[in-house]
Amino acid sequence: MKAARSKLIVLAALAVSLGVSLISPHLDPYFLDVVLGIGINIILAVSLNLINGHTGQFSLGHAGFMAVGAYLSAALTSFLAPKLIGAMPGTATAQAFFFAALLAGGLGAALAGLLVGIPSLRLRGDYLAIVTLGFGEIIRVILQNMESVGGASGLHNIPQHTSFFWTFGLAAIAVYVIVSLVNSTYGRGFIAVRDDEVAAAAMGINPTRYKVTAFVIGAFWAGIAGGLYAHLKSSLNPTGFDFMRSIEIVVIVILGGMGNTTGVIIAAVLLTLLPVGLRELPTLTFSLAGKQIDLVWKELQMVIYALFIIAMMLLRPQGLFTWTPRKKTHE
Amino acid sequence: MTEALQQLVNGLALGSIYALIALGYTMVYGVLRFINFAHGDVFMLGAFAGLFLYPLTGRQPSIGGAVLVLVLAMAICAAIGILIERLAYRPLRERPRLNVLITAIGVSLLIEYGGQHQAMLGKDPRTFPDLLPVAKLSIGGAVFSSHELVVLGLTLLLLIALRFVVLKTRMGMAMRAVSFNPQAAALMGVNINVVISFTFGLGSALAAAGGILYAMNYPSIEPLMGVMPGLKAFVAAVLGGIGSLPGAALGGLVLGIIETLIKATRWSNYADAVAFAVLILILLFRPSGLLGKTEIEKV
Repeated sequence: MKAARSKLIVLAALAVSLGVSLISPHLDPYFLDVVLGIGINIILAVSLNLINGHTGQFSLGHAGFMAVGAYLSAALTSFLAPKLIGAMPGTATAQAFFFAALLAGGLGAALAGLLVGIPSLRLRGDYLAIVTLGFGEIIRVILQNMESVGGASGLHNIPQHTSFFWTFGLAAIAVYVIVSLVNSTYGRGFIAVRDDEVAAAAMGINPTRYKVTAFVIGAFWAGIAGGLYAHLKSSLNPTGFDFMRSIEIVVIVILGGMGNTTGVIIAAVLLTLLPVGLRELPTLTFSLAGKQIDLVWKELQMVIYALFIIAMMLLRPQGLFTWTPRKKTHE
Repeated sequence: MTEALQQLVNGLALGSIYALIALGYTMVYGVLRFINFAHGDVFMLGAFAGLFLYPLTGRQPSIGGAVLVLVLAMAICAAIGILIERLAYRPLRERPRLNVLITAIGVSLLIEYGGQHQAMLGKDPRTFPDLLPVAKLSIGGAVFSSHELVVLGLTLLLLIALRFVVLKTRMGMAMRAVSFNPQAAALMGVNINVVISFTFGLGSALAAAGGILYAMNYPSIEPLMGVMPGLKAFVAAVLGGIGSLPGAALGGLVLGIIETLIKATRWSNYADAVAFAVLILILLFRPSGLLGKTEIEKV
């Protein structure tokens, strides 16, 4: 029953997003940009939640996977599509090609996830965090030196295919796939690996396989989100996928509660709106020790993230939206 | 040959700085078993402390002034390190280790981006003054800056001092005891909190020395300057075997030389990625590092 209902919810979400997509040309472009950003962040956060929350493998390289998907799909639609199908934006063929490019980007990112997952088998906690951070940085440095995709100056004039339908349709599918996976018999293994790796292994669960699976699936969806991002913004720059981008996604997951999908979705909405809200706040000016200080709220975004992280860990490590306290995981 | 000698000295100078930072990572890991992500930022604060203390020297490069600035900056950063541990990490001592790691990332971001605000250190790079008279030395055709030799000499001196503290003093013995088994050490009358504070102070003081030496060689300092050296020093600590002091020193030197050699080739754009590649390789093939001991996880 439950499975049938959640399938219905996904179908309803697809229908609604298609409906909204039809009227979206009449919406304010800035508003649409923010809303699509929310959808992309939902995909990123829910997929990172599979790795960090459900499987307990702290990854700091999600932006790297996103970059792989973004660049791969953007390269396909910018360089390959005009040769194969000609420049026909808006046609069904172009849309189908875009979908194929997104999938290719996702698969490329999944391959990167496999590469990260394999060395991660031997690592835990803090080591893994640094290795994934390192992988993210390696991907960024490689992209910066790849002249075929624009190098340090970035890739521009990517066709703007990302619509409301693609973003929220794929977000609904991502949520559905990950939630069903974690709630399935197989998926309980992820939680077992998180709660106690040694005990899980003693019960016949292969922690290695679960960790790699989590990385591959998480990376796949990060790649999809990257592809959507590329075709929304229509230009890419390697510095947009640095460590800070990964941190933004990590903050969403921590705020929502690691392993709590609903909480993470709410946090994704709130934290995407945070910079938008900060931009609206007026600049405060005051003088300190004879020096005039302008307090521009937008510039304080990272400081606010930092304070969120520290405050959450000290006061509510289970996340803002988790009311049943998670059992203390043993070390 | 001359070229190789020159690169070797450059590599050793850079590696010495990595070694100084790596020691702090490895000592904190020894007593608390977690990575202090904010350590690279203490290194940055050390360089800024040097900049702000510079007027004390009468704005003249001199050996006495340089020593004064160095000692004061080390003391300031030791206090900052102790304060960070006291406020952010100690309340989480009994929580899962991952929570402490996440907090450390938060502290690191707070120092970096708080520091970038114009009311604090500001975003724009600042020029680090010459604390010591600079001279060009020529040995066998290779030309060195006297700063590089100062870096090597001072690092050696600090390493010897650290070895003395850890092996010959009561506090050092307590540090080793806590690192070996915190519960048993506490039962033997070791005050764990004091030992941990001391470890943070010692590590942060070394990072401050590293920051000042780094700024003398690369005299443009800004709030994000600690990020990359911090991460690379962490790699150095893992390379040498985390928890091992000689390992951290060796790892730092090896990494510094590797990076300098890469920078001399046409792959120089990839120099930042190399450290991470080294990390991944070492964790794949020898996770306990060059000088570390293999630990078996027990239930």
